[in-house]
Amino acid sequence: MSSTSTAIRFDEVTLGYGRRPAVHHLDGEIPAGSLMAVVGPNGAGKSTLLKGIVGTLKPLDGHIRLKGPASGIAYLPQAAEIDRSFPLSVYDLVAMGLWSRSGLFGGIARRDRTRIEEALAAVGLIGFERRPISTLSGGQMQRALFARLLLQDAPVILLDEPFTAIDAKTTADLLDLVRRWHDEARTVVAVLHDLDMVKRTFPQTLLIAREPVAWGETGEVLSPENLLKARRMVEAYDPHADVCHRSAA
Amino acid sequence: MLDLIYAPFAEFEFMQRALVGVIAIALGGGPVGVFLMLRRMSLTGDAMAHAILPGAAVGYLLAGLSLPAMTVGGLFAGVIVAVAAGLVSRFTDLKEDASLAAFYLLSLALGVTIVSLRGSNVDLLHVLFGTVLALDDSTLLLLASISTATVLALAVLYRPLVLECVDPIFLRSVSRAGTPTHLIFLGLVVMNLVGGFHALGTLLAVGMMMLPAAASRFWTSDITMMMIVSIAVGIVSGLSGLLLSFHAELPAGPAIILSAGAIYVMSLVLGREGGLLWLAWPGRHLEA
Repeated sequence: MSSTSTAIRFDEVTLGYGRRPAVHHLDGEIPAGSLMAVVGPNGAGKSTLLKGIVGTLKPLDGHIRLKGPASGIAYLPQAAEIDRSFPLSVYDLVAMGLWSRSGLFGGIARRDRTRIEEALAAVGLIGFERRPISTLSGGQMQRALFARLLLQDAPVILLDEPFTAIDAKTTADLLDLVRRWHDEARTVVAVLHDLDMVKRTFPQTLLIAREPVAWGETGEVLSPENLLKARRMVEAYDPHADVCHRSAA
Repeated sequence: MLDLIYAPFAEFEFMQRALVGVIAIALGGGPVGVFLMLRRMSLTGDAMAHAILPGAAVGYLLAGLSLPAMTVGGLFAGVIVAVAAGLVSRFTDLKEDASLAAFYLLSLALGVTIVSLRGSNVDLLHVLFGTVLALDDSTLLLLASISTATVLALAVLYRPLVLECVDPIFLRSVSRAGTPTHLIFLGLVVMNLVGGFHALGTLLAVGMMMLPAAASRFWTSDITMMMIVSIAVGIVSGLSGLLLSFHAELPAGPAIILSAGAIYVMSLVLGREGGLLWLAWPGRHLEA
C-alpha cells in the first residue's frame, strides 16, 4: 500500500435525504493510510458522509470512488443499531468480523479461533466470551465492537462517534487500537467531537458544516476562524430552497 | 394410563395420520417461529396466516376442497402480501407492522367473502379451523416436504438470518445477502403457514409456530436450543392435543393449540430464563 495512493475520492459529492443536501459539494481525496478526523456541529452531515462512503446512501450528485472493493471497508455506525436483547454471546458477536473470510457457510478454522482470542485480548474482554451481549455495559459493548473491527482486517476503517458516552479508560484503550491501525498503514476516518483528542491523535481533519469548511492538517483546520464559520451553519432547511445550479462532476 | 396414550393411535388410522401431520408441522414451524420471535415479527406470522386465506379461497371456489388448488392459491396470496408489505415498508414511511395489518385485514375479509360465495358454513369452518383428523396421503406428503425444505433452508440461511436480527447494518456493510435472506425467510413462513392451514385452518396455523417458540424462550437463551425446545413443545402439544380431543371429544385443532398454550403458560411461570416464579423469588443477590 503506497502512501501516495488515494483510498477514497470525492468528486463534487452531494449526499442527502429527499432532495435536501446534508453534505453539499464535497470535493477532494483521502490518501491511503491517513488518520483523519471528521469534525463539525450536530447535523453537519458527518454521519451522512460515512454512510455515503460505505454505500448505504447513494449520492444525490457526484461520485465517491473507492480504491478497493466496498467490502474492504469496516464500518462502526454511531450507537450501532444492535438488538442487545438478542440471545448472542460476546464470542459470536466478535466472530462476525470473520464474515468476509467465512461468508455464508464457511467454518471457523483453528487459526481463526486464535485470531478471535487475540482480538478479545486486545480489547481487554478475556473472560467475557460466553457472556450474552445483553449483559454488557456500554463501554464493554464498544470494546466488543472494536474486537469485531480488528477481525474484519479491513484496509479502510470508518468510525462514527466511537467514544461518545465511553469512559476515559476505555477511550484510551480503544484509541490505542486506532493508533495501531494507523501504524499498520490502514486508512482510518473517525467522526469525533472531542477537539483536544483530534489535535493530539489525528494528523488530518475535515471540518464540515454541510458545506466542507476546511480540510487538511489538523492544526490549520481547527483555527478559531474556521470553527466560528462552522458554527454559523444554518440548521433549519429553507422550505423554499431553489434548485442548486453549481456544476456537478 | 399408557394404554390411554397408546391405544387411540394403535387403533385408528386417522389418529396416526394426524400425529404424523402435527409432528411434521412442529418440525418446520418450531424453528421458523423462533426466528419470527427473535426478529420481533410474531404478529407478522399472524398477519400472514390470515393473508393466505383469499388465495386458498379462490382455489376452493374454482376446484372445491382440492389440495393442490388451495395450496397453490394460499402460497400465491401469502407471497403477494409478504412481498407487498415488505416493499411498502422498505420504500415508504409506513412501518412493516402497519402495512401488514392493512394487507391482512383486507385479505381476511376478502377470503371469508369468497368462501361464503359458494360454500356452506361447514366449508367455512373447515377453512378457518382445518381438518387435522382427515389428513390424506397427499396432504401428509405436502406437510413432510414443507418441513424438510424448511429445515434445510434454515441450515443454509442460519448465519445471515442471525446477523440480520442482531445487526442489520453490519450485515449490509459486509454482504448483499440481507434482502434475499429476508425474502426467502418470508417464503418459508408462508410455506409453513400453508401447510399448517390444511391441518389447523387459517386462524390456528400460526399457533403451532408462535406458541412453542414463545415457550422455548423461557427455558434457554441459546438459539439452537430454542429451536430444539420449540420443536419438542410442538410435538408434545400435538400429541396431547390429539389425545385430549379423542378422549374428551373436543375439536382437534383447538385442542392442539390449547395444549401448546398450556405449555406456554407453564413455561411463562416456571421457565428458568426469566419465568415469573424466578422473577418473584430470585433468591438473595450474589457476591459479584
